[in-house]
Amino acid sequence: MTKKGLKAGARKKRRMYLLLTSLAVLGLAVMLVLSALEDSIRLFYDPTEIAEKGIKPGQNFRLGGLVENDSFEAQETGGILVNKFTVTDGNETVAVIYEGLLPDLFREGQGVVAEGAMNGTGVFVATEVLAKHDENYMPKEVIDSLKKRGEWQRTEASKDDTP
Amino acid sequence: MIAELGHYMLVLALGLAVLQAVFPMIGAARQDGRMMMIGQPAAYGQFIFSLAAFASLTYSYIVSDFSVAVVARNSHSLKPMLYKISGVWGNHEGSLLFWVVFLALFGALVAYFGRGLPKSLRARVLSVQAMVGVGFYLFMLITSNPFERLPNVPFEGNGLNPLLQDPGLAFHPPFLYLGYVGLSVVFSFAIAALIEGRVDPAWARWVRPWTLLAWVFLTTGIVLGSWWAYYELGWGGWWGWDPVENASFMPWLVATALLHSAIVVEKRDTLKSWTILLAIIAFSFSLLGTFIVRSGIITSVHAFATDPERGLFILMFLALVIGGSFLLFALRSDKLQAGGLFAPISRESGLVINNLFLSVAAAVVLYGTLHPLLSDALFGVKSSVGAPFFNLVFGFLMIPLVMIMGLGVHFKWKRADIKGISQRLKAITGLSLLAALMTLYVTYGGDIMPVVWMGIGIWLLLSMLQELSSRVKLGQVPLKDSLSRLKRQPRSSWGMSLGHLGFAIGLIGIVATSSWSLEQQKVMRIGESMTIGDYTLRLDDVIAVAGPNYSAVRGIITVTGKDGASFMAHPESRTYISSPMTTTEGAVETTMAGDLFIVIGDAQTSGRWGVRVYYKPMQVWLWIGSTIMVIGGLFSLSDRRYRIGSPQGKKAAGKKNTRSAAHAI
Repeated sequence: MTKKGLKAGARKKRRMYLLLTSLAVLGLAVMLVLSALEDSIRLFYDPTEIAEKGIKPGQNFRLGGLVENDSFEAQETGGILVNKFTVTDGNETVAVIYEGLLPDLFREGQGVVAEGAMNGTGVFVATEVLAKHDENYMPKEVIDSLKKRGEWQRTEASKDDTP
Repeated sequence: MIAELGHYMLVLALGLAVLQAVFPMIGAARQDGRMMMIGQPAAYGQFIFSLAAFASLTYSYIVSDFSVAVVARNSHSLKPMLYKISGVWGNHEGSLLFWVVFLALFGALVAYFGRGLPKSLRARVLSVQAMVGVGFYLFMLITSNPFERLPNVPFEGNGLNPLLQDPGLAFHPPFLYLGYVGLSVVFSFAIAALIEGRVDPAWARWVRPWTLLAWVFLTTGIVLGSWWAYYELGWGGWWGWDPVENASFMPWLVATALLHSAIVVEKRDTLKSWTILLAIIAFSFSLLGTFIVRSGIITSVHAFATDPERGLFILMFLALVIGGSFLLFALRSDKLQAGGLFAPISRESGLVINNLFLSVAAAVVLYGTLHPLLSDALFGVKSSVGAPFFNLVFGFLMIPLVMIMGLGVHFKWKRADIKGISQRLKAITGLSLLAALMTLYVTYGGDIMPVVWMGIGIWLLLSMLQELSSRVKLGQVPLKDSLSRLKRQPRSSWGMSLGHLGFAIGLIGIVATSSWSLEQQKVMRIGESMTIGDYTLRLDDVIAVAGPNYSAVRGIITVTGKDGASFMAHPESRTYISSPMTTTEGAVETTMAGDLFIVIGDAQTSGRWGVRVYYKPMQVWLWIGSTIMVIGGLFSLSDRRYRIGSPQGKKAAGKKNTRSAAHAI
């Protein structure tokens, strides 16, 4: 074989090694992604969906909506702060309980997203209330949910003939 | 008047960008020297005009001209001067203007420092750079004009989001943008090379400093952002795998891969198509990052005001740039001749595997970031992908990457002697196993992965030190000779050693702080105490203080360590006058062993204060390690062979047409 042919052969071989390694790494990554995804996806529900879907207690998810006005109260027991408030989407409401200090931008009448699970008595026990950086910022999911529910309310309202 | 002038300057800059995009490209195709020459003055002019536009906007901020819409929305007359100025880029319109100024600056720098480049290559690079610029000028002028006036001039501005009023954040976006935009130069070089149909070691030598520069800026920008989040947000978090954070991390991963593959092109004249592809992907990720941050299409905690319509424009631009460049790549990449051969175990292979893992890691981060978007669009399921996903997948992919990093630096080009290397690494491998066992003992009963990672981190650190000491023949020749060898090391080897050592130090910090952090919170009355780890905190008093544009409550806290020594901590909770917003100013006590981080807040019940305390072991290692990485990058950048006007550079330019000449250098 000529030197050139030899070189081309070696190049082909190298390319095959490279392809096999790449495929192996990619396969590993896909496997990891699939196995990790199952446990770390958090579905997002608004209060109406919680009422409709009958979510099992203990299943982790994200709840989003507005903090209902005049619903917030905090109690301190033994140095631990227990916060109670209601999250609404203008249609249904869910009672939320959260132990710990709330983020700075938590306000009544504003959007909130919390992570946690329902307990047996229909109360959402939040393990985390997500912080945001901008007092005007509303998570996209909450906007979508409010729009959806808002539309629903408007059609309902026109039926009832009330403004 | 000044604002209108700024607007006019922006339009002029657009005009010059169009000239710069069109004529040099045609000139290069026709080998018309005069047409190619247009690129240079156009690049300088474009930079001057965009800078003038930027200066006009900055002026409007400084004098608090609230008739300009963005100033009224984002500034306040009582703001300290630093934040009036940083407010210029603390919003969508201003940050875009910032983008194009940097884009034009880099174009001008290519025009100036690229005098040694082959004429047609330089013309094409400048043209591509200007094409990207045209997209951004149009975007700005059509959808987000920073010089828009308000019909009714408000008496006072809305104020900058108080969270942004911080030195860390004043400088975080500029560095990040310099990084993003720096990658545009690399992209322009890649597209120009595809059009030329030629990539050689000389090309790599021109591209590598730009990649390094972009990488240094990107690293600095990401670290500043992370540091800001750590001390300003008051949650002790420095990385959350939030879409916006990922948006800056993906280009970083690809830029890091590119940094390594460009070495192979430069030294061994191979991996060319791959390197071109990486350059295109790196800049695509920069654009994607801008899209994710600006469109608000993915929920992020870092999202400030967003606008989906603008997102659509960027998406179209993104499709055009990425689609166009991939098409060009598909059509032209076969023109690039494959170069030198190497054995499966060699430095080249090590770098290929490095590239493989870095790009797969970037792909995984991309998937995790876009998954919520895909599942919503395809199945109507709203979801989010949390940190556990990224920690698990990314963490697993990092193990082989770090291993190959520790091994690869010992590999020789072409063919490496694996037996000899494993023989040499026996001692440090033993030491690392010992360190892992000690970690296991100290943290017994905890997770096993942090122990594994600690062992790997220490092994990497030792391996890098061993590489450096073998290079200066420490122990084989008298110490004095070793020292003088150390002094004679080229800057680029210093860059490599520092970059990798910094990475190892940062890695150890990351492992410690994310595995063994402590957190305590308590609602306290004055005089009460709480404990965390080895520390006891007593809330002595809470006083009211007034700042320039905020009022605050400040906790007076005595912290006592295990050894009885005590110090005072003064965390604050600030409420800003211009917007009803509270921010925390945590008190941080930093030692090499760990940070004690104290945050105070209103407990919403009278006479009591919410105190949150974190203990973050070895947190400072992360900041030290990343600083060393950046210094390493700067060292590499100052290496002789990249120096402007060095004889080598001129020689390369003089013999531009012969590939063998490029080889000889």
